Amino acid sequence: MDNVPSFLDRDMELVEKRKQTSCFHCGDSISGKALLYDEKSFCCAGCEGVYTLLSQNNLCDYYSIESAPGLTQKNPVSAVKFNYLEDAQIQAQLIQYRDAQISRITFHMPTMHCSSWIWLLESLYKINKGVQNSRVDFLKKQLSVTFNHSIISLRQLVELLSSLGYEPSLNMNDLTEKKVEQSNRRLLYQMGVAGFAFGNIMLISFPEYFGLDSLSHHSFSRLFGYLNMVLAIPVFLYAAQDYFISAYKSIKQGIINIDFPLALGIVVMFFRSSFEVISQTGIGFFDTLAGLVFFLLLGKWVQQRTIDTLSFERDYTSYFPVAVSVIKGEMETTVPVTQLNIGDRILIRNNEIIPADAILLKGNAQIDFSFVTGENDPIEKVYGEIIYAGGRQVGGSIELEVCKSVSQSYLTQLWNSDHFAKAGESKMQSFQSLVSKYFTIALLALAFGSAIFWLWFDPSKSMSAFTAVLIIACPCALALSSPFALGNAMRMLGRAKFYLKSPGVIEKMAKIDHLVFDKTGTLTQATEAKISFEGETLSALTKQQIAALCIHSVHPLSKQILSYLAVSTEGKRMATDFTETVGKGLQAQVDGVPVVVGSAHFIALAEPNVKGDLNTSVYVKIAGKVLGRFVIANAYRENLAEVLSGLSAGHKLSLLSGDNDSERARLSKYFPAQAQMLFGMSPSEKMLYIHQLKENGEHVGMIGDGLNDAGALKVADIGISVSENTAHFTPSSDAIMDASSFAKLNQFFTYAKGTLKVIHISFVISLIYNLVGLSFAIQGVLSPLIAAILMPISSISVIVFTTAATYILAQKNNLFK
Amino acid sequence: MNIIFMLIGVSLLMALGFLLAFVWSVKSGQMEDDYTPSVRMLFEDKPLSTELSANNEKINADKSQPEL
Repeated sequence: MDNVPSFLDRDMELVEKRKQTSCFHCGDSISGKALLYDEKSFCCAGCEGVYTLLSQNNLCDYYSIESAPGLTQKNPVSAVKFNYLEDAQIQAQLIQYRDAQISRITFHMPTMHCSSWIWLLESLYKINKGVQNSRVDFLKKQLSVTFNHSIISLRQLVELLSSLGYEPSLNMNDLTEKKVEQSNRRLLYQMGVAGFAFGNIMLISFPEYFGLDSLSHHSFSRLFGYLNMVLAIPVFLYAAQDYFISAYKSIKQGIINIDFPLALGIVVMFFRSSFEVISQTGIGFFDTLAGLVFFLLLGKWVQQRTIDTLSFERDYTSYFPVAVSVIKGEMETTVPVTQLNIGDRILIRNNEIIPADAILLKGNAQIDFSFVTGENDPIEKVYGEIIYAGGRQVGGSIELEVCKSVSQSYLTQLWNSDHFAKAGESKMQSFQSLVSKYFTIALLALAFGSAIFWLWFDPSKSMSAFTAVLIIACPCALALSSPFALGNAMRMLGRAKFYLKSPGVIEKMAKIDHLVFDKTGTLTQATEAKISFEGETLSALTKQQIAALCIHSVHPLSKQILSYLAVSTEGKRMATDFTETVGKGLQAQVDGVPVVVGSAHFIALAEPNVKGDLNTSVYVKIAGKVLGRFVIANAYRENLAEVLSGLSAGHKLSLLSGDNDSERARLSKYFPAQAQMLFGMSPSEKMLYIHQLKENGEHVGMIGDGLNDAGALKVADIGISVSENTAHFTPSSDAIMDASSFAKLNQFFTYAKGTLKVIHISFVISLIYNLVGLSFAIQGVLSPLIAAILMPISSISVIVFTTAATYILAQKNNLFK
Repeated sequence: MNIIFMLIGVSLLMALGFLLAFVWSVKSGQMEDDYTPSVRMLFEDKPLSTELSANNEKINADKSQPEL
């Protein structure tokens, strides 16, 4: 109880500190008049509302766990937004479990960011009696709630969450998503069984190894033998079964994978050992068997560990809403997006996403296509224009008529195209599968060879030599090299904010020889271009004169200057004799005064030769006098030049942009001369371009963002999506790169190549162990003790080597700087 | 020396117990989320008022119900 006053003191201090400057709930700075409640200040009614709700339920501890933990409530949720949750069909698809009394549902909350969320979301039952239990999985950003649906409906629950500022993300994907199978659990059970057997068999086998058995009673060795056999049966039948299945499947397809020699080794080991025990000729290799299976499963587990926090499989369905408002006559109803028909009149409110290509009928449309193109500025659309699906309305409500069904819309049809379906798995063969083919052939040749040899000289040793070869050469260390090297390298890359879908992506990265870049959002920063004026201060008159000139041009620079000048339409001046010299500048007479805007060369000014200045300058000359210049800051990522020149050493480079080619001149400064730069590419053209490169036998890596690159990312051997915020939407890809790590892109590729070398070396190490073991086996003198020592030592040394080497390599490549 | 038979039996039974404990821990989902519990255990159950502490007791009773 002592801590209660101190808690309050801290509370009060925090209040004092924050009172004047920022909102108590969300921490945003307060512009304008603050709302005061309970001696705390809030930025908006929404934040105050959340605080009131929490204080009424004695939940103000929320604010003492972390300061200003809330999300801003400045964008209130419309009252009808969750109408669709009343729909029984939608409910049935969202709810995971339901009986007469209770329902259980799991929400995704991508904005979850601090531990206060765990506390508050797990205290939901204090706010509403209907909530029985709520559990947060912080890394997966999930909340699962068990609630009594006779007390609180699903809609009320979601409304309660959003009134707290924790609006769950409900999207089309939730409707179609298959319930996740807990396949990982099976592997854990298998590991448990194998580990249990391994430990106990080792313990029981010790007396035999130390030769103690000769001192004691003969019945001990019999008992120990049978005990080992009993313990090994579940390992053989349960823990190792995946290897038998995999080996059988691959043989059926005519491929030999690494699981084949493994399965063969396990089978031979089990039956030879059982025979030895039953015929009382020895104690068998049960300890090696259990250890082998345990280490193999460990390697599998390392390989299967993925990054839970990110989703690599998102397509448009995880981004589109569950339902949309449809207007029929005067009535407004909510319809699931999947049942939207052509001709339906839909209502899109502020911050809602347009789910299908539609024609604008009513309202002021400002569409933010940042999810699609990476471009942040909203685009204004006028009456009668087609608005493509995927845009987000900013501002008031608009009404549209659906002109294409959801699955046939401009972007979504990408997913239904043939190339997309074919893309699937890349044809690249991993080093391990390549080696294991030859390894297996050599192994079988050696086993039969030694059997035939002994048949000739000493038939009694023949069977023993044959089985011993298969046992000792069982490529355990070989099978562990790849999973541990790649698994650890994936973790290292993750620390450098380069997140991979699976460890196998690293091997593909090392083989990439052609990199294709998107422009907007990938090479450029999402933030707006900065523009400033250097020179004389511009009077209102000159501003109007410049504006009168620029308004006639569609060049992006003219538009940027125009928005910078912010001249009102009042007192608008007329330009006459307007001429535009493409790529150079504009000139005209404004009220009889000659006005010239353009490059230094264009206005006949000596180019001020500043080396390495990548900013763009636009000079202004009015009535023959140079007034100064607009400087438009470069929107390209920092270090872009270094990254591209580094990558061009080992890769071909290409650029695919959906924009027009106004930036071609500037980009050619960054890209090597032979790089291909294509502009005005549609999403499907991008996809086809990559497809063609692949047909030509190139290994293509695509680096992009946004839905318009989704097709290209999927078709490429590896797709890397760049994201300013990894919690936000990224299209399905093999890797997600935090934009802040863009400068390290070249290092990532170098690291992938290094990791492949590590695997090669560890293959050699494990082959040396195999050769040592084989030298015993061929002579027919392999004792269980040698096998029991060699197997764990080779496995552990490979694990240690690969883990250490990948770590040192990461340090050497400055991955974490 | 016959005591060894019993000792081995006992040790195997104990090991089996650990295996079952592991299986139970996987089954109850303890291996699914290895981060959130580390944060959750640091939250204090602070009874602010008598009314709330009564509420807390009810909650604890609720919590003891196994998760579905």
